[in-house]
Amino acid sequence: MSELELRGVEVTYRRDGRAVRAVDGVDLSVAPGEVVGLVGESGCGKSSLARAAVGLLAPSAGEVLLDGHAVAPLRRRARPAAQRRLQLVFQDPYSSLNPRRRVGRQLSDAVRLATGTTAGSARVAELLELVGLDPAMAQRYPHELSGGQRQRIAVARALAAEPVQLVADEPISALDASAQAQVADLFVTLARKLGIGVLFISHDLAIVREIADRIAVMYLGRVVEIGPTAQVWDRPRHPYTAALTAAVPRADGAGTLPQDLPGDVPDPAAPPSGCHFHPRCPLAIDDCSTRDPRLLDLTPDHAAACILLEDEPAVPGR
Amino acid sequence: MALLEVTGLRVRLPRRGGWTSVVDGIDLAVDAGEVLGVAGESGSGKTMSALALLGLLPHGARTEGSARFAGRELVGMGEQQLRDVRGKEIAMVFQDPATALHPMLPVRTLLTEHARHHLGISKQDAGKRALELLEQVRIPDPARTLHAYPHELSGGMRQRVAIAAALACGPKLLLADEPTTALDVTVQAGILRLLDRLRRETGLAVIVITHDLGVISALADRVVVMRGGVVVEDGRTSEVLTSPTHEYTRSLLEALPPAHRGSAS
Repeated sequence: MSELELRGVEVTYRRDGRAVRAVDGVDLSVAPGEVVGLVGESGCGKSSLARAAVGLLAPSAGEVLLDGHAVAPLRRRARPAAQRRLQLVFQDPYSSLNPRRRVGRQLSDAVRLATGTTAGSARVAELLELVGLDPAMAQRYPHELSGGQRQRIAVARALAAEPVQLVADEPISALDASAQAQVADLFVTLARKLGIGVLFISHDLAIVREIADRIAVMYLGRVVEIGPTAQVWDRPRHPYTAALTAAVPRADGAGTLPQDLPGDVPDPAAPPSGCHFHPRCPLAIDDCSTRDPRLLDLTPDHAAACILLEDEPAVPGR
Repeated sequence: MALLEVTGLRVRLPRRGGWTSVVDGIDLAVDAGEVLGVAGESGSGKTMSALALLGLLPHGARTEGSARFAGRELVGMGEQQLRDVRGKEIAMVFQDPATALHPMLPVRTLLTEHARHHLGISKQDAGKRALELLEQVRIPDPARTLHAYPHELSGGMRQRVAIAAALACGPKLLLADEPTTALDVTVQAGILRLLDRLRRETGLAVIVITHDLGVISALADRVVVMRGGVVVEDGRTSEVLTSPTHEYTRSLLEALPPAHRGSAS
């Protein structure tokens, strides 16, 4: 059960009196124990989607369901208790932790908020061990810790609420290279060990490839490709996914320059006509500027939105 | 002789009444048209080494050793002379283009002010040159971008403007400190290709400081791996990344997901 489900979620901001659609009808689900990676360039709506998924933002259309119950957007009242089981991990552990409270105090605060009972040091130690830290860290202040350790503390604080679903918004991009892979692995461990569903949002395709069961690729507010990680990475069907994978430089010493994808993500206030990607797409044909591609099921679990795929005969169960 | 030859460079910062070494005797050299990668984690002394070359260290820092650039000694050079080298012959690109550009100056001023000072060219000529620079770093609609302010540009655009500003005086050496870390992979690919083109076409020497071994692999001819203020390994990029001899280099490579290492894909 405990599934996180987004159905036709739209997020709209107002800018200069105009509506800017940052998230444009996204369907996405995360099963218990599953790691779903959401990738895309900056400005594609990843963070807006994360905020809508945990109820920090009210979607302008569509709905977010946890266990089949609607996630109520945060207003002035406290969040409903059931919603505490949906937790968000922020990007920057340098600003998401209180610099003036010891780590142990911050964790016991979180336990008290979530359960209404005071946390003993045993529970704090348990939380620290869950994220791979020494329980003695409870006595430290955030500034005494490395970035990777701080992000583990932030994860431990989210775990204090005994979540069934975690949404992590760029949780490793503020960390050192060596800490990035380790913290990313921590999310996999939590998913497997505690059965927590993880929506892992990152612009780092290589890390996502390493940890995610499924990958969703987002462009200008829409999911343009989604499927099992190996398929999406090894045989991308959407030209945008192909461009993203080709742009990752590999540390193989071969001196190969990564492939360039010219241009920037367009302004969501004035999205291009037809397929949003067509102005940058190396494969674009005339039709692309007029026809708006739908997500097309290529196999039961792999879908992509490109009109070039529409003419292909369906490949049954690749 | 190399364009830049650093020997026994040490940087010490004052700390609790004593001194602490952040760069502890490093040697490196870079030729015209060559890209040298400096790899290591944060705190390894990569950035401090670069700042020391330009005399941009925090107040109270001490630099020792030697850094010979085009026949002149940079360590201990007077502020007045250093100012002539900085920006004109050695330029620097920083990690975060949001803070590296003056927020209240339009792109045109960012690209022309130091060029007019260093090269003594007229306002018109500097403006023309600014337009060329924007074209060179492939900014679409350069004429309009000249009048834009940094906040009106995306992160990738800002970093391209920062690179254009660094190139404005036609430097011989570019110090790029994590130039693509804040950017998307697609934009990063464009910047890496730009730097590669510049070194081939203009003989620009580049020192690229990054924790990303993928960036080093794509761009650098040679690499030095730093840890705790010392160089633990150096050599040709193709050799260091495929058969590292130092334990630390090996651990950096192993910390990468296989997709980054490139072996499994």
